[in-house]
Amino acid sequence: MISNCKIIIIGGSAGSLQVLMDILPLIPKTDSFAIVIVLHRRASDDLTLEELIKVKANIPVKIIEDKISFKPGYLYVAPANYHLLFEKNGTIALDTSGKVNFSRPSIDVSFESVSEIYGNTVIGILLSGSNTDGTEGLKAIQKAGGLVIVQDPISAEMPFMPKNAIQNITPDYVLNPQEILDFILLINKI
Amino acid sequence: MIEDIELEVFINDVYEYYGFDFGNYSRASLKRRVNRIYQLDGLVNFYEFLSKVKYNPEYFKKVIDEITVNVTEMFRDPSFYKVVRNEILPLLATKPFIRLWHAGCSTGEEVYSMAILLKEAGLLHKSLLYATDINSQVLETAKKGIFPLRMMKEYSINYRDSGGEEDFSNYYIANYGNAKFSEELISRMVFSQHNLVSDTSFNEFDMILCRNVLIYFDNDLQKKAIQLFDESLSFFGFLALGTKETIKYSIPQNRYKQVQKEKIWRKVQ
Repeated sequence: MISNCKIIIIGGSAGSLQVLMDILPLIPKTDSFAIVIVLHRRASDDLTLEELIKVKANIPVKIIEDKISFKPGYLYVAPANYHLLFEKNGTIALDTSGKVNFSRPSIDVSFESVSEIYGNTVIGILLSGSNTDGTEGLKAIQKAGGLVIVQDPISAEMPFMPKNAIQNITPDYVLNPQEILDFILLINKI
Repeated sequence: MIEDIELEVFINDVYEYYGFDFGNYSRASLKRRVNRIYQLDGLVNFYEFLSKVKYNPEYFKKVIDEITVNVTEMFRDPSFYKVVRNEILPLLATKPFIRLWHAGCSTGEEVYSMAILLKEAGLLHKSLLYATDINSQVLETAKKGIFPLRMMKEYSINYRDSGGEEDFSNYYIANYGNAKFSEELISRMVFSQHNLVSDTSFNEFDMILCRNVLIYFDNDLQKKAIQLFDESLSFFGFLALGTKETIKYSIPQNRYKQVQKEKIWRKVQ
């Protein structure tokens, strides 16, 4: 499975930004997969999250606009106040419809959409948070043949979100941030 | 969950029975919303859903409501309104009469926001705000100017962030959980049904606002809509889109000049 990954999609809420700040600097540039980050963020948070990630990550950040093409080798961040969706023709679509799990962007919405288009080439990772978002999305990724990782709740600043996922699905792996990093570094290398 | 082919059958039948053409709508979002209705109503058989859509116009209204996305708010993206307030309105002020068009206005929150800006700039009396939507039901709500009172806290914060200095509650009367906006604002608005897919230009405007509508269209339909706006815009008029939308792929760059970093373009030739 981890030899044909095209997309790593990471969902997180409270307490997840620190995990990303720790692991992103250690992931080298790659042509083999794209990283998508869906974090709960304030509606008015314009591009500060993107700027922050840009500083930390080696993988170049592509700022999301309507209908841009989605390609491996880049990092994408779901924009504030929009749901992030994926189109069959390899582009990105945005949606301002109602909040899901009190969130827009919602992790479930993006996870479900990515699983529908990219099926078994998706690795979904759910990090720290205090909301139930992400569980349904992980279910969809798993059902479509993708691989699912949940942050070990013991290692999470806010264990509720990963715990909720573990109670409702059987993830392929439950890992702490260091192990998540080690896992990512092995993707498409075996 | 419906299949891709079922979505296409749905699109065809809706066009055939009701004349609404969703053929050039972005599929990811459309499919998600059709799925949502499907799930909310506990339907399991696609053809049962389809015949309900076809033969029950009341149900179809509900479906239209869901798939046309009517989520909107007052002073959405306050920084956008700040630029309109500080940069755009002073330029429009020199005109004897100001015509604005809110295309895809939904329940009207952005129209009221704009009317408030015009009033504060002393321009409302010589302005007319045309507001259109594909969905006649949302226009009924927009016309009344009645919005849930619980939203006002958030809206007044947006209003302040957009540079508003008045007491926001002066613009409405609170009653039974509702906020009814003033007649003075409503009196400068004209609401009518208009479909960006099939209808043509109906006037010339000094400013056209169409925010977060084009994201639901595919590239071809976006291009068509932007051409329609171009035809409907006066020289030196302004076109405003949503924060993630662009005219870049639809119109030669030299004809429009972007205003600062906002998604506002001025027609310069």
